[in-house]
Amino acid sequence: MKNLLKRKTSWFSSGSPWIWLNGGAVAICMLMVLGLLGLIAVRGFGHFWPADILQTTIVDRDGKSQIVMGEAVRDEIISAAVARDGGYTVAADVELITRHLFKMGNRDVNGRDFAWFLDTGMGKWEYPADAISIERREWGNFYGYPVAIKEHDNIVSELSGSDFWEQLDQRLHRALELHDKIHRIEKVDIGRINNQMDELRLERRRLELDGITGAQMASADAQLAERRAALEAEYDVIKKERDEILAQATRDKLIARTADGKEVVVAFDHIVRVTRPNEMGVFAKSVQYLDRFWEFMTDEPREANTEGGIFPAIFGTLTMVIVMSIMVTPFGVLAAIYLREYAKQGTFLKIIRISVYNLAGVPSIVYGVFGLGFFVYTLGGNLDELFYTESLPSPTFGTPGLFWASLTLALLTLPIVIVSTEEGLSRIPSTIRQGSLALGATKAETLWKVVVPLATPAMMTGLILAIARAAGEVAPLMLVGVVKLAPALPVDGNYPYLHLDQKIMHLGFHIYDVGFQSPNVEAARPLVYATSLTLVLLIIALNISAIKIRNNLREKYRSASD
Amino acid sequence: MSESIPLVKEPVSLMPTLEQRNRLRRLRKFKDGLSRYGVMTAGMAVVFSLGLIFFYLFSEIAPLFRGASVEIVKTYTPEALHQAPEDKTEFLTLERYEEIGGNFKRSGAVSFFTVDDGKTLLSAQMPKPETAEFSVMATSTADHGLVAYGYSNGQVAVAKTEYELSYPNDKRQITPSLAFPLGDQPIQLDAQGSALKVLAIQQTSSGTLIGALTADNRLLLGVFSSSSNLITGAVMLEQEVFTLPPLPQGVTATHMQIDEGAQHLVVATDKSQIILYKIVNPSAAERKDAVVVPNGKITAMQFLVGTGSLVVGTSEGHVSQWFLVRDPHNEYHVTHVRDFESLNGAITGFAPEFARRGFWAGDDKGNIGIYFGTSQRTLLVESVSDKSINKIAISPINNRALLIDDSKNLSLLDVWNKHPEVSFSSLWQKVWYEGRDAPEYIWQASSGSDNFEAKMSFVPLSLGTLKAAFFAILFAVPLGVMGAIYTAYFMTPKLRGIVKPTIEIMAALPTVILGFLAGLWLAPFMENHLPAIFSILILLPVIMLVTGFAWSKCPENIRNKMPEGWEAVIVILPIIATVWACVALSPLAEVWFFDGSMRQWFTDNGVNYDQRNALVVGIIMGFAVIPSIFSIAEDAVFSVPRHLTQGSLALGATPWQTMVGVVLPTASPGIFSAVMMGFGRAVGETMIVLMATGNSPVVNFNIFEGMRTLSANIAVELPETAVGSTHFRVLFLAALVLLALTFVVNTLAEVIRQRLRQRYSNL
Repeated sequence: MKNLLKRKTSWFSSGSPWIWLNGGAVAICMLMVLGLLGLIAVRGFGHFWPADILQTTIVDRDGKSQIVMGEAVRDEIISAAVARDGGYTVAADVELITRHLFKMGNRDVNGRDFAWFLDTGMGKWEYPADAISIERREWGNFYGYPVAIKEHDNIVSELSGSDFWEQLDQRLHRALELHDKIHRIEKVDIGRINNQMDELRLERRRLELDGITGAQMASADAQLAERRAALEAEYDVIKKERDEILAQATRDKLIARTADGKEVVVAFDHIVRVTRPNEMGVFAKSVQYLDRFWEFMTDEPREANTEGGIFPAIFGTLTMVIVMSIMVTPFGVLAAIYLREYAKQGTFLKIIRISVYNLAGVPSIVYGVFGLGFFVYTLGGNLDELFYTESLPSPTFGTPGLFWASLTLALLTLPIVIVSTEEGLSRIPSTIRQGSLALGATKAETLWKVVVPLATPAMMTGLILAIARAAGEVAPLMLVGVVKLAPALPVDGNYPYLHLDQKIMHLGFHIYDVGFQSPNVEAARPLVYATSLTLVLLIIALNISAIKIRNNLREKYRSASD
Repeated sequence: MSESIPLVKEPVSLMPTLEQRNRLRRLRKFKDGLSRYGVMTAGMAVVFSLGLIFFYLFSEIAPLFRGASVEIVKTYTPEALHQAPEDKTEFLTLERYEEIGGNFKRSGAVSFFTVDDGKTLLSAQMPKPETAEFSVMATSTADHGLVAYGYSNGQVAVAKTEYELSYPNDKRQITPSLAFPLGDQPIQLDAQGSALKVLAIQQTSSGTLIGALTADNRLLLGVFSSSSNLITGAVMLEQEVFTLPPLPQGVTATHMQIDEGAQHLVVATDKSQIILYKIVNPSAAERKDAVVVPNGKITAMQFLVGTGSLVVGTSEGHVSQWFLVRDPHNEYHVTHVRDFESLNGAITGFAPEFARRGFWAGDDKGNIGIYFGTSQRTLLVESVSDKSINKIAISPINNRALLIDDSKNLSLLDVWNKHPEVSFSSLWQKVWYEGRDAPEYIWQASSGSDNFEAKMSFVPLSLGTLKAAFFAILFAVPLGVMGAIYTAYFMTPKLRGIVKPTIEIMAALPTVILGFLAGLWLAPFMENHLPAIFSILILLPVIMLVTGFAWSKCPENIRNKMPEGWEAVIVILPIIATVWACVALSPLAEVWFFDGSMRQWFTDNGVNYDQRNALVVGIIMGFAVIPSIFSIAEDAVFSVPRHLTQGSLALGATPWQTMVGVVLPTASPGIFSAVMMGFGRAVGETMIVLMATGNSPVVNFNIFEGMRTLSANIAVELPETAVGSTHFRVLFLAALVLLALTFVVNTLAEVIRQRLRQRYSNL
């Protein structure tokens, strides 16, 4: 006993408990990191897996029995007291109760598409084979049973018929194709005409501002009117075509029945996808999984961003980051070269260097405030007055947009590029530099032909880190040009192809907006996880590549500097 | 190439000729210079543009602290004033577009004139009884624009200035007119026909209220409401006159004001008192206690916009502001709130601004003062005339003013008074706002109402920022620093190669994702599993120690399988098990100890609990801060020279003794700098606090309540403010405060780190 006590005290006095506590801290840090990534990955990837549709009976607050159908989202354990407060009757001896969250869809029928149900009184969970889930362009998902397919007003196929599912597939395929056509016409063709019309209006206004009057103006007007008439004629043709397709698209309708027997008619042109998850095997589900994943990455958002894809957000993020890179790389690199190679080393430079480094730690919102005040209102406002007088008072560059967002982020990431490049320059052994100078090369030649090429990986590292930071930054963008729903992509087929003045969508802001500003948070949640996952993967990939490049660089010069 | 040259001939030199070489040399020199100056220009441009951030922010906030200035554009006598020089001006007004002034004279002659040249646009006449003389004049608050004349026979005439806007030929044209809302005949206020000595008028929701003191010292209150008959168009006037309780014996009134809520009538007396009458029920009005105003006799008294506060001027030039403050018994008292810089002479009158709590005062020595209530600022005191200032009129947009002195000279002033709302005291000290019981720290910068008093105190925001940063640091420092110590010093190199980059990558994780998890996952989870959260916080250290102790008790052969430096891996399983157990048992714990819901239990015990609170922010923002702290602290510990530690170990110290005795003292500045960096990051973090707190600007440190930080406040409010407004500039000031704070903290950390690096290289 005494021995044990002695050993115990010696264990304590050796300091081992502290080591264990420290080790525990690392373990917690790692667990938190991995747990967080795991949580996002599981929830994010899980979003695309077709969930089975379950049907069961529940007993509601008034004690009435009711059939419900939907996807089981999650469950939790609550104390019986909470359930009793909620108006449920729970047996007195029960302390804990499980409750389940179902996604019931059918927002047009039920009014609410998510609901909690208590475990008590719940029937057996069944997975009927015929149950379908219809993804719709409006009103969210529909869960129920198909009944028949109608063409115009005639029933052409019923569930009992042998070719029902084939018919459904075929007609759906046709409807989707038509929808694509309409979409293309509306976006591309009509968009182009609108653009040209707008251009005509601006041209007229420009002439007015140039002080052209009288006969000259009249002839210009006539010419403009002619061009406008041509555009209008073109528009009429396209519109007619679109209306025809629209009429075709409304041909088919699907009659379906909800679990509690209400009949619902869904037009085919409102359907995105019809699935029978309970029928599908693992393989079929995997195919569907990939299909949905693809749709998520390439499609446009629907229903106030809570459904559909995130393509505009990905595209907006990438465009912004590219424009930013084009601006930040030359300036960051040149500034680093200046600080390291040309500037007179001394106290003043030291102060400047510390200040530049510290700007990397300045809150990003400060850059946003600066961007809004200086870039948007001051620079943009003046640009408008100089070059875009014809469209005033509606601002062109005097309002938040892609260019200002990129410029703000360029300023924000400038210190990162400078720090990284400087580090790379300082790692190049002075022997190499001296060798070059000794051979008679000028300073510029040494710099551009020897030093800078050797420091390229460091610049790459800096740029990648800058991109990773920029891609994840949201706060400043909320002020300088990111919106929840941009009407068009910043790059399109209309002159000047890259629209620097346009507002863009952004992955990070999409997360904020859908997660916190959306009316139906529960429905939006899986999508937010999936978007987060996309962003996290993008940023982790960028960072890992930066780390790899940096490590390679270090290895490369370790031998040279010895 | 050499084959083609015949051997017999003297070989042609392959070197460039002298000329070519010179040209090449010049080119190279030019390129060298180009590179030098090009790089220097670009480098300086970058440094300059980064510096521009500071200068720009300063330039945006500079106007906030500028006072007001006025410039006399011209001084002249308008046509209308030429005609009867002895006829004194009783009221002066200036409309919204600052083009047309209105002049009301004692005789009842009203003229509207263009302020630039004094040309009369319209002459009108106040209703006047044939036999009586003018005795007194009163005006309502500026936004209602009512003017009342009281006569020696107890009658009253009420008029209102109106301006109609039209755009003939695309040019703005303003047409002034004088309307008579209570009919174009004088109204008999005093049935006994006694002369009116003091008068007050106000437009309220229950009609037009007119208060008066008669020559025989009776206080009257008339309630008038007019309605026009839909069919005949005739104006029907309902009127009721009440007699209020008399003033105290031997006291007579000099000024009178009525509030817009029709609740109070305030009387200033010749004994320098302010007496409050409660007129909620006019037939049973009550007289309240009198309050004495120091510094001479009251010579002017005026409600500011919104009629929540009075400004009082005295014969000694003293200017003070008084509120109607409600006490616990729901009774109002006139209470002194603040004083302003005095003018030299006796105050002759006030002109309140239209939409904010500012006012002008004039004195009998020709000085004017421009003041602002909320911020307690005296923006300007200036002598503009050598005569007594008779009347002042400010336009609703505060860019121009008219004033008339005793010599009948009218002066047109250009005014710059854009940001009177902010002062050091209004930002950082308690301010007594209208309608409040006591001075408070409040941030509420905007509201739907026009009469809203903007409350812009930085204290709730700064406190919120510090609160969020404090809880984040509280969570992150133990984990980050201890983790760094272990990783740098105890962990095997192989493991370190995995752990360090993994945690460092977390630094790049977008905070919007952390914020989203905090708001939509952790906050609801925590609300439902409160016992789990607390038990995890307590049990985790315990379980680590227990595991360690159990491990030391393990048989030798098991322990030898795991070399030293793997403790962190061994504790992983126990930690997971503990967390799982805590979460699983949480509902039971709630049932057993907290009547089913710990959250409810908190509320029942008087602790406010918000779902999105400081604890959530602390954990998630701590999460964002850990990588910064970990990375810098780990570097500091790891770069402690090996020979120091090896020496210590060789002398027989245990690894932990070496850590405490040798490594930590050496690396402590680095660790300190790591904590500073973490703090800097937490202070400026926007998205997490925006998403994981309720964003309510509270002034407390309760861990279960939310907060609003400077950064989140900017993100929320800046997109919605008007460019160039005071609110806009105050948000810029908030950004500058953030910038300065983080810049100082980071610089300090950086300097400490550089010192440390030097120390290491000397060791």
